[in-house]
Formats: sequence, structure tokens, C-alpha cells
Amino acid sequence: MPESNPTTVQLVEAVCAFLENDVMPSSQDRLAFDTRVAVNALKIVARELRLGASLDESEQQRLSGLLGQNGSLDALNDLLTAQINTGVLDSDTPDLMNHLYQTTMGKLQIDNPRYSTYKRLHDKGKNGDQGSLS
Amino acid sequence: MSPSTVELAKKLATLLSRHKGQRCEITQLVALSGGANNQTWRFSVPSSTGGGDNYILRLSSVQTDQGMTKEVEADIQRAAGAAHIPVAPVTWVLTPQDSIGSGYIMSLVEGETIPRKILRDEQYAQMRNQMAFSCGQHAARIHAIDPLKLAGLELMDVDTQISQYEEVYRGSGMRLPVIELALRWIHNNRPTPVPPQIVHGDYRNGNFIVGPEGIRAILDWELAHLGDPMEDLAWLCVNSWRYGNWDKPVGGFGQREDLFSGYETISGTPIDPCRVHFWEVMGTLKWGIMCMMMSASDEQSGPLAVERAVIGRRTSETELDLLELLTGDR
Repeated sequence: MPESNPTTVQLVEAVCAFLENDVMPSSQDRLAFDTRVAVNALKIVARELRLGASLDESEQQRLSGLLGQNGSLDALNDLLTAQINTGVLDSDTPDLMNHLYQTTMGKLQIDNPRYSTYKRLHDKGKNGDQGSLS
Repeated sequence: MSPSTVELAKKLATLLSRHKGQRCEITQLVALSGGANNQTWRFSVPSSTGGGDNYILRLSSVQTDQGMTKEVEADIQRAAGAAHIPVAPVTWVLTPQDSIGSGYIMSLVEGETIPRKILRDEQYAQMRNQMAFSCGQHAARIHAIDPLKLAGLELMDVDTQISQYEEVYRGSGMRLPVIELALRWIHNNRPTPVPPQIVHGDYRNGNFIVGPEGIRAILDWELAHLGDPMEDLAWLCVNSWRYGNWDKPVGGFGQREDLFSGYETISGTPIDPCRVHFWEVMGTLKWGIMCMMMSASDEQSGPLAVERAVIGRRTSETELDLLELLTGDR
């Protein structure tokens, strides 16, 4: 796809600002509530557009290392869930837990970086791609 | 008022007039919440001498095969009241001649239910210190209700719940490694079954009406069932119901020790924290799967309502909490 201006992120952020600054102050009750939820939804979209690709890439790299093979992200995750399901990998496997923490922290970074557990672990430095878990 | 609301007001007036033996007028009838099947309404019946009474109507307009009937819900709420558990008094159960649907009417209990206000407002500061202990006491009283006195409660023991939620997850087609890991843990760590007791089923911050002096009413009995009572204590501790106060595991307002000691003062038997921990993992997993399902939709049914759509993204919150619960770093 050729590069467009404004970018997708900018378009989403423009709609987000419109809802927050123009629609929300003049609405009430159910409409005000749903507008706030809509703003949250668009903020998730904007964060995913910014971060999604690089988070996916590091997830795929970790999975390749953990499972000792290459493949698409979907295929590797299929294999991972199968290995967890059959008990080949479990919570005593440090590399597995390290991977799951980093992947889940990445999801929260998009879905809800204000979530208490995310903030607490983030402050403890338990999220980085350097990913040292102690 | 919409025509259907006017119609409902008329029917309620007839019902109230019959029960009170005098002509009653219905005012301020508003829907508090509700979808197609389950509705909650609030209304007032002014008195000729001034003032009046405020009521809540719980109504299910369509009776489905799933879930408890409103008649059973009224029964359990009455049984709870009789057992000195704070609940809104059930005043009348609807009958077919009322032609309103299946449901019941209870007195309105004034107070606060919004968790963030309960956790933040100064006027509840004193009460918050006692709340975990009280929640323990009330839970023990719920669990002590004789199950034989109530008909129509489903048995939802640990194995039933595991298979039910696992089936929902497998049917969703989603592949979530953390959910797989949690399911595996649940299977390997499930506690020995206990004789089924009455479980509230949605015992959490959000289902309590409070005042500055304490809990005034416990709400939402529609998920009550027979099962392992520790499910209630654990559900109250699930991180999603702490509203950010992660260091106050009981509903964001208290400590487990206080919850447990409140419970033990009434039940007389010591609590096994491992069993509660199991149910906290189970509760977190259940909430994650529920979030997933609430936002599930098939292509034909068109776009989701925005609130339903966003709730699906809350599954990742429970995944992170599950990792914390499973690694014991709590």
C-alpha cells in the first residue's frame, strides 16, 4: 500500500479527539458512556497500529527460540498451545513463563496500559524486551 | 414515557392496588438496566399522606431454559433475609394474572453500589476498614442456609464449572497460551469436592449496596447455585473487582486475613487458603473466558455494540493476572 497522509494512526486520533472534545461534553447518560467506551476502543486501535507489528515480530522470534523452529506467528502459537496442553511445556519452564509474561505485557500495552497489574509489573521492570525475569 | 412503559405502569398500579387494598399510583418508573430478557426497573408509589414507598422490579420478559427463574431468585433472596443476611426485602412475586412477565418486586434500599465511589469516598472510609470482615461474616451466613429449603438451584461444583468453561473456550476457536496453561493448572490442582452448599455466585464489589455504616444489601442472586462455598470468597478477591487497589485483595478494600476471620467467626471452621487460591485462579479464568464470549459475534449478526466489543479486550487483563497467580508472585 502506498504511503498516505495523514497516516492511519493520525486519522484514528483525529476521530478520537473529535469524540472526546466535541461529542462527549454535549452528551449525557448512555450516550456519554458509550462515547467514552468508543474513545477507549479507538485508543486501542491507535496503540495497536503503532506497536502491533514490532510486538508481533518479537513474539515470533521468542517463539522460534522456545520451540526450536521457524514458522508464521499463528503456526508457532498453535504449536505452543498444543505443547502446553499436553504438558510438554509448563510453568516450571522458565523460558515459557518469560515468553508468556512478555507477550501478555505486550497485549496489555495495547489493550489497557492503565491496568493495575500491568502498571505494577511495568514499574518493576518486568516487561522489557530485554526481558530478564527474576 | 414510551407506550410500553405506560402499559407497565398501569399493570403495576393494578398489582399494587390489589396487594395494598387501596388505589395506588405509580410514579417515576425508570429502567435501571436491562436487555431483552432481564430488566430492572425502579418506581415509586406516593402516599396520600406525603412521602411514599420506592420499589425495584426485577423482570424477565422471556423465560429461557438457561439460568434461574425469577421465582427461585425471589425465594433465595427471602431465605437470605430470613438468615439475617442484608438483602432488599422481597415484597411481591409476580403471578400470571399480573401479565407482566416473570419477576418480583422488592423494596428499594438506598445507598451506593458503584465500586469506585465505595473505594474512594471519604464518607465510607470507616466502613471500608470493616468491610472485608463483614463480607466474610455474610458469606458464612449465606453458605449456612440449608440447601434443602430451596428448590431449583443448580449444582455447579468444581468439575461442572471446569468442563463448562473449557467447552466455551474450546468452542470459541481462540488459541490463548496463557488460558491453556491456566486450564492445565486447574485440572492438576482441583480440590477434593465438598458437600454442596449454597453459593451466591457473584459475590463481589459492585453487588453490595453500602452506606457509611456498612453493607445494607447484597444484590444479584441470579447466579446462586450449589457448590463449593470458597468460590464466593475467591471471586471477591479476583483482581478485576479490586478496581486498581491490587494491594487490597478483598474487593479493593481489605485483606484476606480479615475476610477469613470474619468468615470463621460465623462458620466455626478454619478456611483452607489453598482452596480459596484455587478458586481465585478459577474465577480469573472464568472472567477471562466471559469477556471473550461477550464480544464473540458471528459475521451475520452485524457489528457489536461498542461496550460489548471493547470488553473482549479485557481478556488480556485476566491473562496477566493468571500468570501472577500461577507463578505464586502475589
